[in-house]
Amino acid sequence: MKHGGRNVYMVSGGVTKFAKATPEMDFRLRVKKAFDYAMNDVNLTLNDIDGSVASYFADHFQRQLMAGIMVQDYLGLTPKPSKRVEGGGATGGLAFQTGFEEIASGRMDTCAVYGFETMSHVNTWKGNEFIALASDTNFDYPVGGFYTGYYAMMAVRHMHEFGTTVEQLAKVSVKNHKNALHNPYAQSPMNITVSDVRNSPMVSYPLTRLDVCTMSDGAAVALLASEEKAFEITDRPVLIKSIGTGTDTMRLSDRPMGKVPLLPNEKESDYSNLKYPGVHSFRAGRTAAKEAYEGAGITDPIEELDLVELHDAYTSSEIQTYEDLGLCKYGDGGKFIDEGKSEIKGKIPVNPSGGLLASGHPVGASGIMQSVFMFWQLQRTVKKHFKDDFLQVNNPKRGLIHSHAGTGTYVTATIMEAVK
Amino acid sequence: MTINPNAKMEETQNGTEVYSIDPLVVKSHYEIDYIHSYAQDSEFFRALGKKKIMGSKCKKCGYTYATPRGHCMMCGAETEWYQLPNTGKVHTFTTCYFGSEEFLKETPFNLIMVEFENVDSLFMARLIGADLEDIYVGMPVVAKFRRNQKFSPTDVYFVPVAQPEKKKKR
Ligand SMILES: [Zn+2]
Repeated sequence: MKHGGRNVYMVSGGVTKFAKATPEMDFRLRVKKAFDYAMNDVNLTLNDIDGSVASYFADHFQRQLMAGIMVQDYLGLTPKPSKRVEGGGATGGLAFQTGFEEIASGRMDTCAVYGFETMSHVNTWKGNEFIALASDTNFDYPVGGFYTGYYAMMAVRHMHEFGTTVEQLAKVSVKNHKNALHNPYAQSPMNITVSDVRNSPMVSYPLTRLDVCTMSDGAAVALLASEEKAFEITDRPVLIKSIGTGTDTMRLSDRPMGKVPLLPNEKESDYSNLKYPGVHSFRAGRTAAKEAYEGAGITDPIEELDLVELHDAYTSSEIQTYEDLGLCKYGDGGKFIDEGKSEIKGKIPVNPSGGLLASGHPVGASGIMQSVFMFWQLQRTVKKHFKDDFLQVNNPKRGLIHSHAGTGTYVTATIMEAVK
Repeated sequence: MTINPNAKMEETQNGTEVYSIDPLVVKSHYEIDYIHSYAQDSEFFRALGKKKIMGSKCKKCGYTYATPRGHCMMCGAETEWYQLPNTGKVHTFTTCYFGSEEFLKETPFNLIMVEFENVDSLFMARLIGADLEDIYVGMPVVAKFRRNQKFSPTDVYFVPVAQPEKKKKR
């Protein structure tokens, strides 16, 4: 699918530090802080913003319906157009794409996409319950009632199909927590080892506490603009080259087993015996990637992308996503991490920010946070914003951000490109 | 005459639970009962009381669902009820040592996806009577039914099939 609309650029971004609980400010003030950072970075005033998109997941967490309008109002953006977009863990990615559409369609010249979540109002086990309500409440929730369990079953099947090991999963956690040591916005930077991951308390076999992301409070803001406006606002905007979105069944049990939808770099013979997606892979992720790659003219993702920020709510889902994004073949995700290809200095850095595992996952903010970190990478301004250039990827031209809901029910892939 | 400048709000003994003063954090309780209809899935839950697991089968293309649905996701046609066998195999599994609040008291518990022969999709269930180290992909399991029906999918659960030679693969 080609978007066929106007070119869309990201011109600025802002993120609050993600934290377990931030009772000193509510969701409105958190968004305001991220928004002001983004606005001040490019010297914009409220008059420069045509409208907005609000990104947040759970009314339960906030116990405030229409929280989006409260943010719009607090920021001073009323009576301009706005809407709320929601799609579980992929809320941020979907909202970012909605902002893109507002500008591509010609409706707006500038759009603020703001994402937030306050998960600290309830204990972790209650939070798990709220999140689990985003699974089929007739058949799935009453049996297990929690997402780590569903992902654990996907991981076990991946291990069975492809021989992936728990140590390979743990390496994802080690890498992402270590990257986060250089990200001042991250919730849990840590210097840990594979055995630390395996020795942390088991949540749901084979996933331990350190294989799973944590509950967070946080906000993130992306400012988008049309081509004409973008170059007025900044001399270094970042082009949003293409977007892709895929979906899959709510119930993991309904995933059909058929042929693999092939990416441009793959052949049918690569997967002659693979039953796909089964419960080991994310068909929605592959569908999103395929659409995004086609839109950007990418035929060999690992050669044509310089970095990826992907949705690693679980270590296992990072491994599964390497495969669905076509960074390696199915079954090679474990080998991919073993070979260090996704390390900060590897072939293609994946989650240089620390990802969701280490940066935190305030659901509605996470996908926007990825866009901000990708924007700074492609502008090559990581040093300015992080006060540390360790995570700055060397001269990146093109990156992919990936947001993911449910057990892969909504997935977005967005390609961003440096123009200078 | 209802004008009373000396009116006072009632003073009560119960107070607000305060967690912190600056910022001010208070406890706020919330509770609700839902009137939940199983609607087109009702037959599945009724059948569990008759010790039957009902899946569904597409009337048009024949695709079979272990977890029932009223309409086929392959072709959009209506499905019909279809009784599943009581035996199957473990397609994948986990043991949950943690969970959402409602199920915390039940931890650790095993979750499995059951694969039935010649059925196109899977069924999520609890497995009891086996510890994590006993469970493997391909393990034969058999359905059992709760006597006191709760009209929940856990009215059916699985146990390992008694086997003379124990094959373990992990
Ligand atoms: Zn059909």
